[in-house]
Amino acid sequence: MTHAEQQEAAARRIVAMPARFPAPRMWWAMFLVALGLLALFLVSVAVLFVRGPGVWGNNIPVAWGFPISNYIWWLGIGHAGTLISAMLLLVGQQWRNSLNRFAEAMTLFAVMCAGLYPILHLGRPWRFYWIAPYPSTMGVWPQFKSPLTWDFFAVLTYLIVSVLFWYIGILPDLAAARDRAKARRWQIFFGLGALGWRGSAQHWHRWQQSYRLTAAIAVPLVVSVHSEISLLMAAGPVPGWVSTVFPPYFVLGAAFSGFAVVSMLTVWLRAMLRLETLVTQRHLDMLGILLLATGLMTAYGYLAELFTAAWAGGREAETMWDRFVGPYAWSYWGAVILNFAPLQALWWKRVRVAPVALFLIGLSVTIGMWLERYMLLVSSLYRDWLESSVGLFHPSFWDWSLFAGTLGLFLTCFLLFIRFLPVISAFEVREAALEDAHG
Amino acid sequence: MAELHALLAEFDSPERLIDAARRLGGQGWRLEAFTPFPVEGLGRMLGFADNRVPRAMLIGGATGALLGFLMQVATNLDYPLWIGGRPLIAVPAFLLICFEMLVLGAVLAGIGTMLIANRLPRLHHPVFAADRFDLSADDRFFLAILADAAFDRDAAGKALAALHPRAIIEVPA
Repeated sequence: MTHAEQQEAAARRIVAMPARFPAPRMWWAMFLVALGLLALFLVSVAVLFVRGPGVWGNNIPVAWGFPISNYIWWLGIGHAGTLISAMLLLVGQQWRNSLNRFAEAMTLFAVMCAGLYPILHLGRPWRFYWIAPYPSTMGVWPQFKSPLTWDFFAVLTYLIVSVLFWYIGILPDLAAARDRAKARRWQIFFGLGALGWRGSAQHWHRWQQSYRLTAAIAVPLVVSVHSEISLLMAAGPVPGWVSTVFPPYFVLGAAFSGFAVVSMLTVWLRAMLRLETLVTQRHLDMLGILLLATGLMTAYGYLAELFTAAWAGGREAETMWDRFVGPYAWSYWGAVILNFAPLQALWWKRVRVAPVALFLIGLSVTIGMWLERYMLLVSSLYRDWLESSVGLFHPSFWDWSLFAGTLGLFLTCFLLFIRFLPVISAFEVREAALEDAHG
Repeated sequence: MAELHALLAEFDSPERLIDAARRLGGQGWRLEAFTPFPVEGLGRMLGFADNRVPRAMLIGGATGALLGFLMQVATNLDYPLWIGGRPLIAVPAFLLICFEMLVLGAVLAGIGTMLIANRLPRLHHPVFAADRFDLSADDRFFLAILADAAFDRDAAGKALAALHPRAIIEVPA
């Protein structure tokens, strides 16, 4: 078989995969674990609703604690999906076709998990809609000069745009799956999802216009969303947060943590669904390079932070020193080591193309970036310069259980996605294969 | 003979489809093509130029940004919060939401226009009933002559046969 024919056959297999899933036992085992964690999520939320945020470890001065640091972590992970899909589409990197679909699905589910956190953190989550500007009998409006209100608009826009971008991207593959499906239930399922797509030249013409332009606008959207998250911190007069490097530092850190998770998902799906034809060593190599590059840029953010603190002196320097040796030093050094030490192995191509090594480095970065979010939040908040405003933050059981629960929510959604929908953009793989074959 | 919606010619590569479209273009047929993926330049060859999607995105983006800005101005005037003598209409603070509304407006308008102009969702369409049409999402490329008032089945059949397709398929109306 020629290369193009192999790709063609692999694309066909992707479209038929929901009906002939290659690893049903493995999938069920994982799905049960995910459901268990999802149940934990529901219990944690129920406990929170009944007993209030007092079940968590947050208190003054660390009023943000887990919910907000996990929110930033989840949202950051989401950004990598959009960047892989949209940015690489625009610059014509066709290898992205093997990764973009599930990376975008990762984005959706990560943004869902992220979006739930600030709502749950409100104290009265059922009144979350108060942050939307609507003419109410109270006669007041949201404070539009506050980053909290910006946040609402940014995350909501990001969620809507991600869903739409992902959906119109998958539409042609749903049509292909509909036409290939033998069983009636699959025909109905994919038929409804495909909206009657029939691949006519007019359809494609307008589809391409809307897909490309949405991609073009999604890239600055990602930058704006995570810059805005950094302003939640940088706009307040808290030592350790007031730094002009924050917006780019946050955006790059987000991309870094997201590429780490994409690397892990890629290695996992490649092995479980036997996608070696489509997800080749080259893809692992490229992911390794992306991870290394964004990692080094994030490291620059660390250095810039150090420099700013040393330059500013005073309380900024005190906070920085406290991060080195204070009660949360473990989170600072944990972040530095887990983020940047194993990462250096990616300078070697042998490591980048080794699935297990890439997975482990991705895991290390994912944990490292979690520690970084935790460190940034807690180490700046827990100690003010009045004795009365000092208080350590200890996450409670319900903090941990809710966090584990959001992992369950993510995994449940992701497992349902890989079970029922085409995990790779089959039509774009075909297009690229044909272009290769014909020069 | 039953009423026809269209006559389809099946090809096995995009090059042959483009070649066929080029030869039939400008002969007065109403043409359409069905392909598994976007084929560059095919729309133009079928005499099809539609820029409603980019235009809608431009208008949607501008409208979104403007509404976003006006919303913030109007709410601040409606319920002024005077804090430390800072300006009530603080333009830099409003720009982030303006940008988000720009993106939202553009994307909703663009994708909405794409779906509406493509007449989607439409779960049933005559071409779905045609034999072998299910291959159009796989690896086959179809050129269609659509039936209109002046449609002549035999002439259309001859025109398509001259292109040496793999098959000619009738699409009942």
